Amino acid sequence: MLNASLTELSAALAGGKLSSVELTGAFINRIKSLNQKLNAFITVDEARSLAEARASDARRAQGAGRALEGIPIAHKDIFCTRGMRTTCGSRMLAEFDSPYDAHVIERFAGAGAVMLGKTNMDEFAMGSSNETSWFGPVRNPWDAGRVPGGSSGGSAAAVAARLAPGATGSDTGGSIRQPAALTGICGLKPTYGVVSRYGMIAFASSLDQGGPLAKSAADLALLMNAMAGFDARDSTSLERPAEDYGRELGLQIKGLRIGLPREYFGEGLEPEVRARVGEAVRWFESQGAKTVEITLPNTGLAVPVYYVIAPAEASSNLSRFDGLRYGHRAKEFSDLADLYRRTRAEGFGAEVKRRILIGTYVLSHGYYDAYYLQAQKIRRLVARDFKQAFGQCDLVMGPTSPGTAFALGAKAADPVQMYLNDIFTIPAPLAGLPGLSIPCGFDAAGLPVGLQIMGNHFAEARMLGAAHRYQQATDWHLRVPAGTPL
Amino acid sequence: MSLTLDQVRRIAHLARIEVSAEEIQGVMARLNRVLALIDQLQAVDTTGIEPMAHPLDAEAAVVQRRRPDQVTERDQREEFQRRAPAAEAGLYLVPKVIE
Repeated sequence: MLNASLTELSAALAGGKLSSVELTGAFINRIKSLNQKLNAFITVDEARSLAEARASDARRAQGAGRALEGIPIAHKDIFCTRGMRTTCGSRMLAEFDSPYDAHVIERFAGAGAVMLGKTNMDEFAMGSSNETSWFGPVRNPWDAGRVPGGSSGGSAAAVAARLAPGATGSDTGGSIRQPAALTGICGLKPTYGVVSRYGMIAFASSLDQGGPLAKSAADLALLMNAMAGFDARDSTSLERPAEDYGRELGLQIKGLRIGLPREYFGEGLEPEVRARVGEAVRWFESQGAKTVEITLPNTGLAVPVYYVIAPAEASSNLSRFDGLRYGHRAKEFSDLADLYRRTRAEGFGAEVKRRILIGTYVLSHGYYDAYYLQAQKIRRLVARDFKQAFGQCDLVMGPTSPGTAFALGAKAADPVQMYLNDIFTIPAPLAGLPGLSIPCGFDAAGLPVGLQIMGNHFAEARMLGAAHRYQQATDWHLRVPAGTPL
Repeated sequence: MSLTLDQVRRIAHLARIEVSAEEIQGVMARLNRVLALIDQLQAVDTTGIEPMAHPLDAEAAVVQRRRPDQVTERDQREEFQRRAPAAEAGLYLVPKVIE
């Protein structure tokens, strides 16, 4: 049951072989036995989850089975949930009880899903290792001495260790795909505007996008069907007809043109990651896909562009945390200005403060044109690279991350070393493009390697189709970490 | 370029974040590491390139929606103020600003 696909779980629930209370209870029990080791969840409310499961079983008894009826889903603690605290991994919101649900939370509830709890994350989604969380680091289920990636590290670890059959995440510069790669699961960052940002605590609004994490591409498609959709409360939400993200799971690989960007296979890539990604690409070739060498010449500039734009937007978004309206407030202060300064010094961790300071600087008088405007111009060059590439190929493939999971603390001292870890995941959100990571093997230490599949805007179904065909022929996505046996 | 201690203090003031005397050297050093990274952008010729503010601005589908100028939200003041560290009689309480 714990390793079953969402389709199998739905069939078991529909056939009466399993109740949502049994299923939810099984995952709650597994969380109870493993979360102390992994720290994947910040908040679990067993009574609430079981009550939701009972209500789902009652609805099903009346014949009202919806798409995810009775399926327990874990949510990244960036999505606001009424009645269950929403911390965003920060002391600032450690006890925050949102007055409303995020659109994504509403969508899952509307599809019949049960909320399993809120998963750990880098503070305000700023990090690539889950070490910046106020609630402590998440451990990688494949090796508890290593990071699970970030910022959606709790969601990724939860799915990898089979504490949840599926989870939500958010991706600004790789926060869904990189942890998926480092924990051996699948994660999809959709096209910008496809999933509503309403109630998803803002980091960098021109980049932030919610998306699913799951064991397989087919499961991602089911979760996307629930998550995606127009929402007037997000001004960048796209008004598009509903689509079935599983419609291309039978994709014909023969004739598919796969672009391999030269810049994604250069120096700095761990040899075993290069080898595993190469083997996956060769599988596609063996099925009749045609590989094309492409170039994305501005790839090297994507990280510096991102570290202007994301902090700039973050410094503006996080100005709302003032110690007056909600969240943490310093106990001692001399006047209003001192209240702001101390509240923000206490409430934010070092990485969040660093990004707010960088953002404040690049937006300040005299530096705006040189940094922010210049970064926005180079952002367009990065987007143009992809536009040209998709004239030559249908999908782009490469590594998700230059290496496998690194040791806790290994990159914590130097922010730039941590930032460069996201070199392959940052370009897609700059261009608003969808990106997917799926497992494609292991290194000699037994750590998972991720294959990244990128597509043009709105190409999610095709990306999932290619991934699904690969997963029909391989079993990397079904492997369970030895440290968290079923 | 590198930031000086005075510049770091100025930025911290603008951001309303207290940076203590003990931590300011370390904060400055790490900020300067990041600035060295983003300074690479200065070397790029961007003559004639339009800044990209929205990731889909090249797509025809992107238009800013309009809506009728009507009240759509209900009054939730009490609900919201229950989350405030200090609120009273419908007001958020702050330290005295005017002597």
